[in-house]
Amino acid sequence: MATEFHNLQELRHSASLATKVFIQRDYSDSTICKFQTKFPAELDSRIERSLFEVTMKTLNCYYAEAEKIGGQSYLEGCLACATAYIIFLCMETRYEKILKKISMYIQEQNEKVYAPRGLLLTDPIERGMRVIEISIFEDSGSTSSSSSGSSPTSSTAQ
Amino acid sequence: MHLGVEEPIRECQYNQICTHNSSPMDTPHTKKRKSKRKWQVFPGRNRFYCNGRIMMAKQTGVFYLTMVLILVTSGLFFAFDCPFLASNLTPAIPAIGGVLFVFVMGMLLRASFSDPGVLPRATPEEAADIERQIDATNGPSGPGYRPPPRTREVLINGQTVKLKYCFTCKIFRPPRASHCSLCDNCVERFDHHCPWVGNCVGRRNYRFFYLFILSLSFLTLFIFAFVITHICVFLDGCTVLEVVVCFFSVWSIVGLSGFHTYLISSNQTTNEDIKGSWSSKRGKGNYNPYSYGNFITNCCAALCGPLPPSLIDRRGFVQPDTPQPAAQTNGTGACPPNQVQSHMCAQDQCIQSTKFVLQAATNPLLHSQPIILGGGPTLQAKSSLGGPCSTLTPSQPSLPSSIPGLTCGGELLALRDSEIHCHHHLHHQHFISPEETPSPPAALPCATHLGHHVHPAQLFNPVSQDSLHEDSVRGLVKLSSV
Repeated sequence: MATEFHNLQELRHSASLATKVFIQRDYSDSTICKFQTKFPAELDSRIERSLFEVTMKTLNCYYAEAEKIGGQSYLEGCLACATAYIIFLCMETRYEKILKKISMYIQEQNEKVYAPRGLLLTDPIERGMRVIEISIFEDSGSTSSSSSGSSPTSSTAQ
Repeated sequence: MHLGVEEPIRECQYNQICTHNSSPMDTPHTKKRKSKRKWQVFPGRNRFYCNGRIMMAKQTGVFYLTMVLILVTSGLFFAFDCPFLASNLTPAIPAIGGVLFVFVMGMLLRASFSDPGVLPRATPEEAADIERQIDATNGPSGPGYRPPPRTREVLINGQTVKLKYCFTCKIFRPPRASHCSLCDNCVERFDHHCPWVGNCVGRRNYRFFYLFILSLSFLTLFIFAFVITHICVFLDGCTVLEVVVCFFSVWSIVGLSGFHTYLISSNQTTNEDIKGSWSSKRGKGNYNPYSYGNFITNCCAALCGPLPPSLIDRRGFVQPDTPQPAAQTNGTGACPPNQVQSHMCAQDQCIQSTKFVLQAATNPLLHSQPIILGGGPTLQAKSSLGGPCSTLTPSQPSLPSSIPGLTCGGELLALRDSEIHCHHHLHHQHFISPEETPSPPAALPCATHLGHHVHPAQLFNPVSQDSLHEDSVRGLVKLSSV
């Protein structure tokens, strides 16, 4: 497994970034965090629509759960207020716990679904929860050289 | 050939890309180098203390006044009045007073020191993507035509809400967000900028602000009441001072608490209330789409709702290969930041050199002619200033021949890599919108994405001129060696 990762690292450097697609926020449900599930045209030939939609819907569910105003959030809020919010120095908020779950999920999706198709999802928290950035990488076996970021190692082949 | 839209989904032609690096949690290798923390390169006008843990506005004088007033008044109360009250009435009075005082200070510090909900600025790729979408929506317009302000409409709970484009942060602001001109940041659920607290009041610290003013009104009334009691028995200089401070504070603070209680119960921000966004005077069908219907739910949502984490990651380390967002307002002129120079392969050197030369070429043009670039995504019209830099948009693959000394530049600038946008954005493209109070810009504009109302003369930084020329010579030397 260590050897495989070593090769993947090299491939990561030599895979060239073709373009990025940005999935914007969907504000139709007020200010809660929700991303548009509309399938971008650029991904048409890269990934099945159903897989993409499953990822988006799962992410939206996670965010909805994080921002849900219900029993658990009230309890947390009241407890925090009673302790003058000092308790947040010791424990993680529910939101932060769910964000960690989301990071794990995105990583898992990248490994299983997106990376084999030359795509990479970026966690929205790294982009200020504004967009889900999907990086589209050029096929490393392709002969077309329209890409821009070819690495120094590939220039030796020329 | 492996191109074509109709091609079936490719199987196993891609080698799996390692996603290990994409984890935001662990970046131990960056700590070994002297990487900067993100707060040190934060583009807004904020001050950071304790290595990024504390975040405040730039002007904090009034905040210190608030602290002094509260500490002095409470101190005098505990020192001069509490012994009398404890012995003559009940020792519960100083105890309750103490609890109230600690709560007030805790809420004040929490409201002042925390991130109000600042939205990080768009990365260059994001900004470019939004530009493309805007241009696709609006269509190309001729020179001299000023396109309408960039807005998007969204239907929220049956009410049409306009999302405005922020020219500083290069994002479409989410609903209820607003750009604070004092802090130069877009803040989520922006309430107001409070000088007393020394920070903006937004989504993340509104509850602390509200609890601060609520508890402070209780504390003020508490002290006022017992000080009056004390004065009736025994007149003292210090006690008189407390009475005076409390008397004037009570009206303003209790009034403010009442106002914010009303805002919370109707789920509005101060900003919306002042503008009358959801006032029925605006129209028959105008109502607040964010309200939950009853005031209890609104209160609970505002005070006991989930506390979202900070989006700006102040204490994280700056990744060397991450393009930094645009508009650094502290006047970084020609010099690229260190993180760019960490990947000095030949190609990067070439890009750098080309950039220096272009800057030098545009420099005298900027200085002599006040050029106002008219609209249009391609920026071909108007002036030669548009010429060299406009070629760096993705839609412009070729260089004009007017640029001297560029040999490999033509091919390079055909690159569609967003790194170029990154380099350009480091030179502070700044949009000045008539809708916003402009923050003081200080660096050269590069016309890659310049829209519609940029005034280069205003943006030109004479300090960087000499260094630019020096850099351009260096750039030419580098080019010749590649």
